[in-house]
This record gives sequence, C-alpha cells and structure tokens, in this order.
Amino acid sequence: MREVAIVAYAQSPQVRQEKILNEVEMLMPVIEAALTEAAMTMNDIDFVCSGSCDYIAGGAFSFVGAVDALGATPSKMESHVEMDAAWALYESWLKIQAGEISSALIYGFGKSSVGDLPDVMSQQCDPYYLAPLWPDSISMAGLQASALLATGRYTERDFAEVVVDSRRKAKANPAAQLSGDREVEALLTAPYIASPLRRHDCCPITDGVSVLIITDKSALPKTTKKPVYIRGIDHRMEAHQLGIRTLSESGSTTQALAQAKLQAGIEQFDIAELYAPFSPQTLILKDALGLDDQVDINPSGGPLAGHIMMSAGLDRFGMSFRALQKDEVTTALAHATSGPCLQHNMVAILEAG
Amino acid sequence: MDIDLDPIEQFDAPIYHRYHATSSRAITPFLHAMKRGEILGHLSTATGKVLFPPLGACPESGEATHIPVILSDTGTVIGFTTVHLPIPGSKLVPPFTVANILLDGADQACSHLISECDIDEVAIGMRVLAVWRPAEVWNNSLENIEYFKPTGEPLVDIDALQQQCLAKAEQRKEAAKGGQDA
Repeated sequence: MREVAIVAYAQSPQVRQEKILNEVEMLMPVIEAALTEAAMTMNDIDFVCSGSCDYIAGGAFSFVGAVDALGATPSKMESHVEMDAAWALYESWLKIQAGEISSALIYGFGKSSVGDLPDVMSQQCDPYYLAPLWPDSISMAGLQASALLATGRYTERDFAEVVVDSRRKAKANPAAQLSGDREVEALLTAPYIASPLRRHDCCPITDGVSVLIITDKSALPKTTKKPVYIRGIDHRMEAHQLGIRTLSESGSTTQALAQAKLQAGIEQFDIAELYAPFSPQTLILKDALGLDDQVDINPSGGPLAGHIMMSAGLDRFGMSFRALQKDEVTTALAHATSGPCLQHNMVAILEAG
Repeated sequence: MDIDLDPIEQFDAPIYHRYHATSSRAITPFLHAMKRGEILGHLSTATGKVLFPPLGACPESGEATHIPVILSDTGTVIGFTTVHLPIPGSKLVPPFTVANILLDGADQACSHLISECDIDEVAIGMRVLAVWRPAEVWNNSLENIEYFKPTGEPLVDIDALQQQCLAKAEQRKEAAKGGQDA
C-alpha cells in the first residue's frame, strides 16, 4: 500500500445562511487557503474530486459550475460524487493506490439554506415504498433514536449529554456554528420535534464548503511540518429499507473498522471524529466502534456544532488532521456516513507523521 | 405466474421542492446592469482577459473576479449552428441560428440568437449588433436582448481578431500588475 498523507485542510465559517455568495464564490478563497497551507499551486494537483448534491443546490449539474473555481482551463483531471466528499477522498485515495496520481484536492460544498433540507433528504429514499411518504431526515432519525431507547442501553438524558459535550468542545472551534455551555436539565425540558428527538439533538442547517489536500508520501510538500497518514480506510453499506436493519446498531461501521484496523495495525485512538448528525447516533457509533472513555470524541464539536451537508464527512478527516497537529494527539479515527440512519459508513485510521 | 401480470408503465410520484436562491456576488451586478441596458463583464487581473458572461471565477487562474467592464453590444460571430428541431417549450420557430458571439471588448464568446437575415447568410466573422426589447420592459435578465442582427460590415478574420484580443489582454495584465506594484 502506498502511504497517503493529508497535508492541508481549510473550511469556510459554518453559517446558517450565506446570503450573497454562491457555492463557487464560497469555494474560491477556501481552495486558496488550502493550497497556501500546503505551499502548492493548482499545477501541483494531479486530480480534483468533489462531493455535492444537486437536490440541495436546487439546480441540475450545479457541481460543474464549481469547476470554475479550479482554474480548469486548460482542463483538469476531475471527478465528482453525489455523496459526502469523504467518498471523493476515498476515490482520490484509490487513484493514488492505483499509481495514477500522486496528489489530489478534494472539496465538498453545501448551501442547504436555499431549500428545506429535511424534505430534500426524503428524495434519497426508494420511489415505491418510502418516497411517497416523504420521510424527512429528522423523522427517520427519530425512528432510529426510538429504537435505541427501546434497547435500554441509553436514555434521553444520554442524548442530551452528547449535545452538552458537543457545544462545550465547539467553543474552541472558531468555525463552529453552535457552541456554548448548556445544561442537561434545561435541554430535557425542550419539546420534541420527532420523538424522542428534540431540536438540539439534530445537527443544524449549515452553509459552507471545505477543502482537503492529500499526497503520496513521495510527493509530500517540503514545507509540510506534520503530515497525517491515512493508515487504514474502508466503507461498508447496509440495506436501504429501514425495516430490514437493526437501527440501534451499526454493523457496517464495525465491519469497516475491522478492515481499517487490519490495514493500519493500529488499535487505539486518541480522538475520534464521528459523523453523527443526530445525538443518539454518536452513541450507536461509539458502541459500534468499541470506543471507551479514553477516546476524545468529536473534539471539534462534531456535526451537532456545524453540519455542511455533503462535506461533514470530509470535515471529520479535516478536523482529525487539525487535532493531530498537536503533540499530545498521535492517532485518530475519522468516520463518515451517507444515507438515512447511518446506512453507509466509512472508517479511517489516521496517524501523525 | 407473477410475470403474467400487466406491467405498470406509469406511476405518479410528484416531487415539489421550494428553493429560495439568490443571485451570486458576480451575477447580481450583471443583472442590475442588464436592467439599465448595459452589458457587464469581468476583468481577470491574472490573465488580463475580459470575461463574459461573468461567473465570478477566472477559468484559467481559478481566481475570483469582480472588476466590472462595460462591454459593447456589437460583436463578431465566431461560430454558429442552424437549428432545425423544435425546442420543447420554446417560442422559437425552427429553423433559427444560434451563434457564439465575441462581444467587442470581451475575450470569451457568449451564445445568442441571430435573426433579421437569411440563415444562409450567417458566417464566421460576421459582425452583429444586439437588438434590444423596448426599454420599458427591461428587467434583470439577459432576455432584454432579443437577438443579434448583422451590421452589414465586412467579415472579420477571426484568427487576426484572436491575436488582437490576446495582445490587448497582455497589455491589461501588465497594467494590472503595474497597478499592484504601485
């Protein structure tokens, strides 16, 4: 296996609504910031891959416009996934493993404020059995949260504690949308929006973009002080129909972790950045990954503190990269998810170089 | 037995989503200019080229562009096709001609319609002029220009035109650099 390192990460501020700039305009300064951090120019980038969703933007082929931000004249080797940009990272990683490229710039963007995101997300369901019911993302997450409560493993108080922890940690993340000191008791008095979920249990609606640059070890920029190596990475998908799955568990996450551990030979993690857009999913993932209390979960605040739809998974890699720049952190687990109720999960093991 | 059933060939699953999009930083000034009857492009300081339509990004450098340049409503046809197929939902009656037109002062061609001439007369290098709708109906839309029509000027050698454009762009690029140095 080739050694692939993250060398730069940049993110726009995570905001509830960007009123003026479009996705391309939001993207340009962030691409520039990532290239500057890596001490690279677009000429040093072999491949560009992005993740976004036209249903969110409300326009067909909206990602094609974003290519303008790349200086794509003359043309670039480019690809796009209609998935979270963590899968664009995976495609780029594969291309490096195949020996086709030695560097890639990956970006994800989402301007969810222009539409009704929970309703838009109902379009990911199959057209015969689910889509006619318009199952919005919050209702589906409510079903999952309820299934978790029914196991007796956790209570609504545990959900609230996840939120308190996220808001507190997000105080140290200047790009976070939601942060602060919250009290579990106060949170538990809030009304339900899709029981047992309360508003604070749900990720916010966020406008933003993120950019991450990876290179093969042989192509590391000379100025990179602390590259972060992707030692293991795998993703597994479960059945689409919610009724087929055991919603209180995440077997695909456990499987992906086992494979990533095999590749990495690393068993312990200092931190874990989990893409859990709803608070109970943090607990489901914690169990599926076998994380104990020694592991600092979502030190950035995680998706509950800011959730760029289509980039929040890539952000888990980016936030891990940032955490690994500190001396006391040497290994991280980055997780990304796609589909309703943690249908499809990616686990990566990262190590500071 | 199941395969004997009549196939279901139609299934209604209507999708409605409401979006509240706004025009971007680059497109908003363009749309305001259209309402005034002006055609607004962007100068890329990285290349010295004047970009039209302005998208807010220079496709060669990837840099953000925002310096406005008012363009002429005359230009040169650098390519065209005559369409003989009806476009669903369009008011256009075939055959009609769509051309790539390089507006005077711009370095990027834009697409628009050619009319008021026989389709056989349209040629590469033809000089054209915008035909505007009446000023009373102007709004924030490129539709204020109904189509382009020939000016009657002689054909232009587009290879020579390209060289002129590149030379001018180089001058603007140097001027932009000088401005930065000063």
